[in-house]
Amino acid sequence: MATESTNSQAKSGGGKVVGFVLFGLAAIAFIAALLDDYEGGLSIHPMDQFIVSPLFGDGAVGPFTITNATMWFGLAVLAVIAIMVLGTRGRAVIPSRSQSIAELAYGFVRNMVEDVAGKDALPYFPYIFTLFLYILCANFLGLIPGSFTTTSHIAVTAILAAAVFLTVTILGFVKNGAGFLSLFWVSSAPLALRPILAIIELISYFVRPVSHSIRLAGNVMAGHAVLKVFAGFAGALGLAGIAPILGVVAIYGLEVLVSAIQAYVFTILTCVYLKDALHPHH
Amino acid sequence: MADDAENTGHGGVEAGLEVAIGTDHGATDAPGMPQLDFATFDNQVFWLVVTLVAIYLILSKIALPRISAVIAERQGTLTNDLAAAEDLKRQAAEAEESYNTALANARAEAQRISQETRDEIQAQLQVEIDKADAEIAAKTAESTARIGEIQASAVATAEEVARDVAAEIVQALAPGQDVDADAVAAAVSARVQG
Repeated sequence: MATESTNSQAKSGGGKVVGFVLFGLAAIAFIAALLDDYEGGLSIHPMDQFIVSPLFGDGAVGPFTITNATMWFGLAVLAVIAIMVLGTRGRAVIPSRSQSIAELAYGFVRNMVEDVAGKDALPYFPYIFTLFLYILCANFLGLIPGSFTTTSHIAVTAILAAAVFLTVTILGFVKNGAGFLSLFWVSSAPLALRPILAIIELISYFVRPVSHSIRLAGNVMAGHAVLKVFAGFAGALGLAGIAPILGVVAIYGLEVLVSAIQAYVFTILTCVYLKDALHPHH
Repeated sequence: MADDAENTGHGGVEAGLEVAIGTDHGATDAPGMPQLDFATFDNQVFWLVVTLVAIYLILSKIALPRISAVIAERQGTLTNDLAAAEDLKRQAAEAEESYNTALANARAEAQRISQETRDEIQAQLQVEIDKADAEIAAKTAESTARIGEIQASAVATAEEVARDVAAEIVQALAPGQDVDADAVAAAVSARVQG
C-alpha cells in the first residue's frame, strides 16, 4: 500500500465506499425480505422465490414476456460486461485490480480447458467461458437477498446441459466419425467384459446431461430454500430469531462457496465431456 | 412435496401455523415446485438463449480479444525487459573486464617504466663509476710515477751526498793523498745498492 501511488489509494477508498453502499443495500433488502415473510404466525414459503412472474402487469407468462427471470438474465449479462469489458477498459500491461479479476477468470478457465481437454480444445474456449461466466454471475446475483436465481431452474440448467451434450456428441462424430463409438468400447478390458461395459458406458453417457443439469439446479435451489426457511423462522421467533439469523449467516457463507464451486464443476465437466469428444480412445 | 402442499394449503391452519412447501398462495396456480411449472419453460429457455448469445458475443467480440492482446503485450514486454536486462548485464561484465584489462595494462606499463628508469639510472651510474675509476687510475698512475721520480732523485741525491761525504772522509783520514773518485763512487754505489 505504501508504495502505491496516491491515485490508486484514492481509487481503493472509492471502492470501499462502493462496498459499504452495496453492503448496506444488501442488508436493507435482506431485512425487507425477512419482514416480507413475517405475516404473524409461522408462514414460510421457501419456494416462492423461484416463481417466474411477469415483471409488468399480471398476465400469463408467454415465451417473450418480460419476467423477473428476464431481469436477472439481463443483470447477469450486465455483470459479465462489468467484469470482462469495463474491468479491462484500461488495457494496462500492469493490470488494475478490476482488470486482474477479468484476467484471473480468463486464465483460470483457459488453463482448465487446456489441461483437461487438451490444446486442440482451445477453439471451444469462448463457449465454455460463456457458460462459466453466465453460471458464476447468475449464482452470485442469486445470493442478493430478494433476487431471483436463474440457475435454480431446471429449465435453464437442462438447456445448458443439453447444449453441452448435443454439441459434444455431434462434435465427437464429426471429428472421429464412427471412431467416436470406441468411447463405449473399453479396449483395455477383457473381451468378454466389453459388451457389458459398453452398455454401462452407454447408459452413463446418456445420464450425463441429467446429472449435469440437476447437480447445478439442485444445489442452488436447495441452498436458497434452506436460507428462506431459516429466514422465515427468524421472522417468526422475534428476539430468539438471532439463532436462525446466525444460521442464515453460516449457510449464506456456504452458499457463496457453492455458487463458485458449482460454476467450476459445471465447467470442468463440460471440459471432460469435450475431451471425450476430441479424444474418444481410452 | 406437491401433495403435502395441496393438503395443507390455506385451510390447514392448526394453532395459527401454516407451513406451505409450495406456491399455492402466490399469483400462479401451479402446485409444488415452481421449477416444474412447465408454462414458464419456453419463457426461460428463450431468455436464457438470448443471454448466452449476448454473453458469447460480448466475450468473443470485445473481452477475449482485448484480454489476449493485453496478455500478449505483457508477454512481449516481459521478454523485451528480460532481454534488455540480459544485455545490460553483459555490458556490465564487459565493462568490468575492460576495466580489469586496463588495470593490468597500466600496472605492466608502470612496472616497465620503473624498470626502464632503474636500468637507465644503473647505466648512467655505471658510466660515472667507470669514468671516476679511470680518473682515479690515471691519477694513481701519475702519482706513482712522481713518487718513483722523487724516490729515484732522492736515491741519486743520497748517493751523491754519500760519495762526497766518503771522499771528504777519505781526504780527512789520509791527507795529502789523492782520492780516487771513481773507486769511492763504486764503493758508495755498491753500499747504497747493497
